[in-house]
Parts: sequence; C-alpha cells; structure tokens
Amino acid sequence: MSTELLSIKGVSKRFGGLRALDDVNLSVEKGSVHAIIGPNGAGKSTLLNCLVGRIIPDEGSVTFDGDSLLGHKPHQINQAGIARVFQTPEVFGDLSVFENVMIPACAKRDGAFRINAWGRARERRVVREEAEHILDDLNLWQQRDQIVNSMSRGDKRRLELAMCLVQHPKLLLLDEPTAGMSRADTNNTVDLLKKIAERGVTKVIIEHDMHVVFSLADKVSVMAQGTVIAEGTPEEIKASERVQEAYLGGAHL
Amino acid sequence: MSQSVMTSQENPGEGMGESPAESHAPRGDGMRGFLASSRSDWLLVAVFAAAILTMPIWLAPIGAGYPDILQKFAIFGIFALGFNILFGFSGYLSFGHAAFLGAGSYAAVWMFKLLSMNALIALAFAIVVGGVFALLIGFVSLRRSGIYFSILTLAFAQMSYNLAYSVLTPITNGETGLQVTISDPRVLDAMFGGVARRGVPELFGMELQGWPGFYFSAVLLILAFFLTLRIRNSTFGLMLFAIKSNQNRMNYTGFATRPYLLAAFVISGMYAGLAGGLLAVTDPLAGADRMQWTASGEVVLMTILGGVGTLLGPVIGAAVMKYLEQIFSSFNEGVLHRTFDFLPTGLQDFMVAITSPFVGEGWQLTLGLLFMIVVIFLPGGIMEGVRRIASRFRSGRGGASPTPAPAGGGH
Repeated sequence: MSTELLSIKGVSKRFGGLRALDDVNLSVEKGSVHAIIGPNGAGKSTLLNCLVGRIIPDEGSVTFDGDSLLGHKPHQINQAGIARVFQTPEVFGDLSVFENVMIPACAKRDGAFRINAWGRARERRVVREEAEHILDDLNLWQQRDQIVNSMSRGDKRRLELAMCLVQHPKLLLLDEPTAGMSRADTNNTVDLLKKIAERGVTKVIIEHDMHVVFSLADKVSVMAQGTVIAEGTPEEIKASERVQEAYLGGAHL
Repeated sequence: MSQSVMTSQENPGEGMGESPAESHAPRGDGMRGFLASSRSDWLLVAVFAAAILTMPIWLAPIGAGYPDILQKFAIFGIFALGFNILFGFSGYLSFGHAAFLGAGSYAAVWMFKLLSMNALIALAFAIVVGGVFALLIGFVSLRRSGIYFSILTLAFAQMSYNLAYSVLTPITNGETGLQVTISDPRVLDAMFGGVARRGVPELFGMELQGWPGFYFSAVLLILAFFLTLRIRNSTFGLMLFAIKSNQNRMNYTGFATRPYLLAAFVISGMYAGLAGGLLAVTDPLAGADRMQWTASGEVVLMTILGGVGTLLGPVIGAAVMKYLEQIFSSFNEGVLHRTFDFLPTGLQDFMVAITSPFVGEGWQLTLGLLFMIVVIFLPGGIMEGVRRIASRFRSGRGGASPTPAPAGGGH
C-alpha cells in the first residue's frame, strides 16, 4: 500500500443552522486520483474550501504530508504543496499566457514574499525554462503571447492547470474542472488530465460528470448531506445500490 | 513539439549561461511590453532624459520655457511616477498621497533649519520620512481593499492635514508654515564653515534657484523614471501587475499579497517624499495645504490623464496639468478682451463673459472639462491617444504589427 498524503478526520462545519459538513472522514493516498462526487449541496465545495484555508472547520483535523493544515492561510497552504483549480478558471486575465505561468513558477522559487525590484523578470532563466516546458507540455506554446482574457474557457482551464503544474504540487485540487464546458472541451480536459496523471501528481477531483469521474479516478467517495456515504473503486461505486439510490437516482450507468 | 526555433543569442541582454537542455524556443521573445529587451529600455531612458533636459528649448514656443514651471513639471512628474507604482501597477487607489508630499516638505525644511542647506541631505531625509510615514499609513490601510482602502488613505491624509494645523504646530508651525530663518542652527554648515548666505538651498555651493534648480529636479526625475522602469520590469513589478489582475489567484498561487502591496505603498510614499522635499528645495517653506485632499486628488487626476499603469503617462499628465494650471489661472478679463480683440465689441463682451469662468480662479473648471473628455473618449489617458495615433499611422503605411506595441506604455 502506498502512503497517505492527505487525511481528513471528523471534519464538521456549520453555517448557522445548516450542517454543511458532518463528521467527514477521507484519506487520499499518494499518487492516486481521488474523486468526490455527490448531489448539489452535499458539501463537496465546502470540504475543498476547508483544505485550502478559505473555510476553517468547526471540528476535526486536516493533515497533509504529516502537518496540520488548519489555521493556515491560502498562500501558506499553496507553499506547502497544494495547488487548486477553480470551478471558473482563476487566471491573470490582463497578462499574457507566458506571464501567467511565470508567476506561479516564481512563487515556487521565491516563497510567499521576496522583493526583487531590480532584476528583470524575463532574465530569470530557471523560471523561464520551467514556464517554457509546461507551456510546451500543455500545448500552450503557440499562444504564449496572447492576453488571457481573449482565450476560450477551455484554454483558460488548460492554462490554469499549467499554472498549477509548473509548481510541481504534491496535491492538486480540481473543483469541477469541466463545469460549464462544451462536450468537446470536456473531452479535451479529460485527455489532458489523463496525460498529466502520468506525472504522478496526487489529485482530488470534485465532479458532477460521471463520465469524467469514471474515466479518471482510482477511488471515489460519494458525499450526501455533508457526509461521506460510500467509498470505493469506480466499479464498486457503480455497483453499489446505496449510491445509486442516494445519488444516481437508480439510473443505470 | 513543432515549435522551438533555436535562435540562440540574438538579443544582447540575454546572454546568460548555456541554452536550455531541450530545444524549446529559448526565450520569451514574445513577452510583451514590460518584459521587452533591456536594450530598448536603455533607449527609452536615453530618449526620456534627452526630452526632459531639452524642455527649456522645445517648450519655449508654448510659453513654458522658464525654470519655475519646468521645475514644477519635474517635481510633480516624480510625484505621479511614484503614485503610479501603487495605483497603476497594483491597482490600489490611494486618496492620501499628499500626506507624504507634505511630510517630505516638512522633513526637508527641518533639515535646512537644523543641519545644512545642502539639498541632498534634506532630500534624503524627506525620502526617509515619506517612506516611514507611508509604512504606518499603509500598514493600516492595506487591511482593506477597493473603496475601503481609498477611504482609509483619504481619512489618514485629512487627519495629517488637521494635525499639522493643530497638535503638531510645534513641528509644522501651523498656518504660518515652516520657514527657514537666519537664526536657525544649521549645525553642519556652521561646523564646516559653509555659509548658507541667504537661506537658499544649495548643492555643494551652487544655489538651486532658477535654471540650476530645474536641472537638479530634472536629473532626479530621470533617475526616478529609470527606477520605475526597473521596478516595472522586475519580478516585483510582475507581482504587482498580477495582484491588480487577480488577487484571489495570487493568494492561491502562494503569495502573501499584503507585503507586496505594502512595499509598493512605501515605495510610492518615498517618491512622494522626494517630490515634497524638492518643493521645499524650490522654495524653503512648507505649509499644511500641501497635505490637503485636493492635492491628493490632483495626483490621481495627473495619473489618469496621462495613462494609468503606463510609464510615461504620469509624467505627461503631471506636466499637462501644471501647464494648464499656469496658463489658465494667469488669464484674466483683460487678457481675454485682448484675445477676442478681433471680434466686434458686442460679440467680444459675450465671448469674454462666456470664457471668463473657465480661467483665472476658475481654471479648475477647464481642468474638469478636460478630464471628462479624456475619461470618456480616452479611458487609457493621453498615452492611449498616442498609441492609437501610432497604430493608425503604422497600419496606414501598411505596416505589419497588428497589436499596438506598448512602446513605453506597457499595460
């Protein structure tokens, strides 16, 4: 068995009277692709926000690579090795594609804060090479000078992935990476995610699209009403009647 | 991988070490504007320096070829350059930068009183005071962003203004303003026998009045411009632009954004301190009115007028505004009557009646109109106008460049 990278134990979160998360336990193993599925309002996004420091859970613990993540700010969590892809791509819209990947590469090199107000950004050879490699890998090289705002959503998603991967994260969180995409863009994204799976980055994916989940995941956790109701391989989940009832509505997959 | 044209070393600023292991296209040759080659940077600075130093010649025909106004161009150019590092690069709109300008003036005058009439000492102290003051105000104001940040800076600046008139009177000399007097100690001057004869700021014996005063300010403006250029092209500059573009992504990319913003705030405060100090060099008298909110608003207008986030824009905006102020505020009815002399008497009176509210005391009405026109038709300021004309010119000649290259402009 491979080792545990991320461990969520007994995490609960209330918003007023609403129990968004109720004693969630989850364990993500190094090198795996772990999908979290569930109907709307099941608490998937809340859970993700607990991992990146946007929301602080009321109870429970979140341990990443041996250290607790609770109480840390988003940038500290990123520096610890967790990169995140958002539901709507969060990119630097006014800047060029190349600059967009140079920035996270700098974050990896310089840490959270370091002023270098004299040396030219473009003359940082290591950072530039890293950016060039990743753009090449994700087929963005041709568009390197394009201003990001003018790109399609699918391309922005690809860029956002490049921005995460250039940091060589230990864990990549993907919040519905194909939400709102056309079928073609979705398929491209799935292919891309399969391709980057070869890099061995551990991933946690939140997804609605079953086709995406079952073609990518090693392990699936099903959430409903703030708690994990089932967990297993994609085949097991497909076969589980409980899941079918709770989430898939009895429909056959 | 179809790309990768190994055009190894065509760019002189680039010759750093061996080429990448894989044959990726080796450089960010396509990196736009603010990552342009260092050769073009030097060219830009050289052209800028030449333009500034020859201002007395080429601005003479429009009646601005005299040292007083040119010095103002230079000083407010520095102020706006620094302001643009905060507002233009990182997107944080401060409405309180006059506080640092005023603090710089007071600091400089105090140096004139206590230590020496040497302008360099006074300016160094003015920069430090501007920076420290900005550190304090910025530290608190940057807890918020957007409009709340602007309001906080405005509040602090107004507080400073009022304090200068009340509690801090021992330091600021209240409404009279802080002045240099003959009885001031001037310890260093006394020690080294450098007699500050008339209480005029000097640079190693050269009195900084008239033309020497202008050239002194001009050299500092060129240095400030060069520094701004370096900052814009640096990693730090890239981070500021990234914060402006998407601060949320910045946080999730592993950056603590607030220290970056505070650094930008302090740097721009130091520019303001320098500008304030230079104002004191021109005229060794510091008054609290320099800290008033109208002065803070003025630098915002200058920056927007010239082009937010561009390199040259703030300098141009500052010069245009100071020029208009000079021209229009000096007009009076007599001048107007002479201007419309060629018209028949009735029409002449009518024209004078219409235009007189826009000149003299009311010159700000003209400024307001100009500002409205620029914001509506040229949201990118004068620099955008220049760029549009340049690109039209280029396409008119059948030139290739489809993207308007931001020559000195950047973003």
